[in-house]
Amino acid sequence: MHELSIADAILDAVRVEVKKRPGAHVTKVGVRVGALSGVEPEALSFGFSALVQGTDLEPLELVIEPVPRRQRCPACEFTFEVAEDNLACPRCASAETLLAGGDELNLVYLEVGE
Amino acid sequence: MDRIPLEKKVLSENDRIAARLRHSFREHKILCVNLISSPGSGKTSLLERTLERLPKGARVAVLTGDIQTDNDACRLARFGFPAKQITTGGTCHLDALRVERALADWPLESLDLLIIENVGNLVCPSSYDLGEAAKIVMLSVTEGEDKPLKYPSIFAKSELLILNKIDLLPYVPFDITRACEYARQTHPGMEILEVSCTTGQGLDQWTQWLEKRKQATDLHG
Repeated sequence: MHELSIADAILDAVRVEVKKRPGAHVTKVGVRVGALSGVEPEALSFGFSALVQGTDLEPLELVIEPVPRRQRCPACEFTFEVAEDNLACPRCASAETLLAGGDELNLVYLEVGE
Repeated sequence: MDRIPLEKKVLSENDRIAARLRHSFREHKILCVNLISSPGSGKTSLLERTLERLPKGARVAVLTGDIQTDNDACRLARFGFPAKQITTGGTCHLDALRVERALADWPLESLDLLIIENVGNLVCPSSYDLGEAAKIVMLSVTEGEDKPLKYPSIFAKSELLILNKIDLLPYVPFDITRACEYARQTHPGMEILEVSCTTGQGLDQWTQWLEKRKQATDLHG
């Protein structure tokens, strides 16, 4: 369970952005969480709400955008999103596909009000 | 209401330090591997058997992470190679800053191989880049053979799977064929080594893997 440290890192990053924009009040932070990021969205939301409580950033909503794992097929150069843990290429059926993405843990946007 | 696009990594600070470490390992031609497993799979035993087989002058060091105690570093220091404990004090994984701090007073120019034994955990260590050339995941036959399906992130990101305690196969219901199938379902073409730290089976292949990986690092960075 390291979602609390991840939530803390998100709050730190929000603070860095807030400093660049004096007077702005951040209402929402959007975070993209890949299927292979090792981060559980539910635990992250829970940790985030616990950490933000009682701080100057409250009320601040965390919006998680889950993204699937992607694989690339070297045989037919096709990149695809993995559904139901099936890594075989949907175009040429090759089983020898390579990891091409899905470990994102990115801050995507901030929503700022007056 | 304004939306400000950012597109920035949440762990950008960790990744920045990891990139610095990776650069330094390349510069010093050090192969750094990050060994990850559940608690009790046999990471420290594998390191003991590895260090014991190395010639006295081998330029090898180990960093070992645990929540509490320096027991593992004591176990590993007996072999005469530099071994240092990183005690995380509750944190379930190592991060790049802890590794950088631990290495601060070590002369990197005197090393060829650095093995980092992560905190026993199959989830959290997969999120933190330590600047390693390769992650290695270990699974022992006293665990469930479906762990690659349950923890796909670490199996997808690791170059090598070490199946440990292979000598116990006759006594446990572990289905090794299925374990390998599951590992390759989450990581097509994954390299797998069968090892026993008790009988020594597979240890030659393991040290050969390290040598081969070291040559690849020297050639391609």
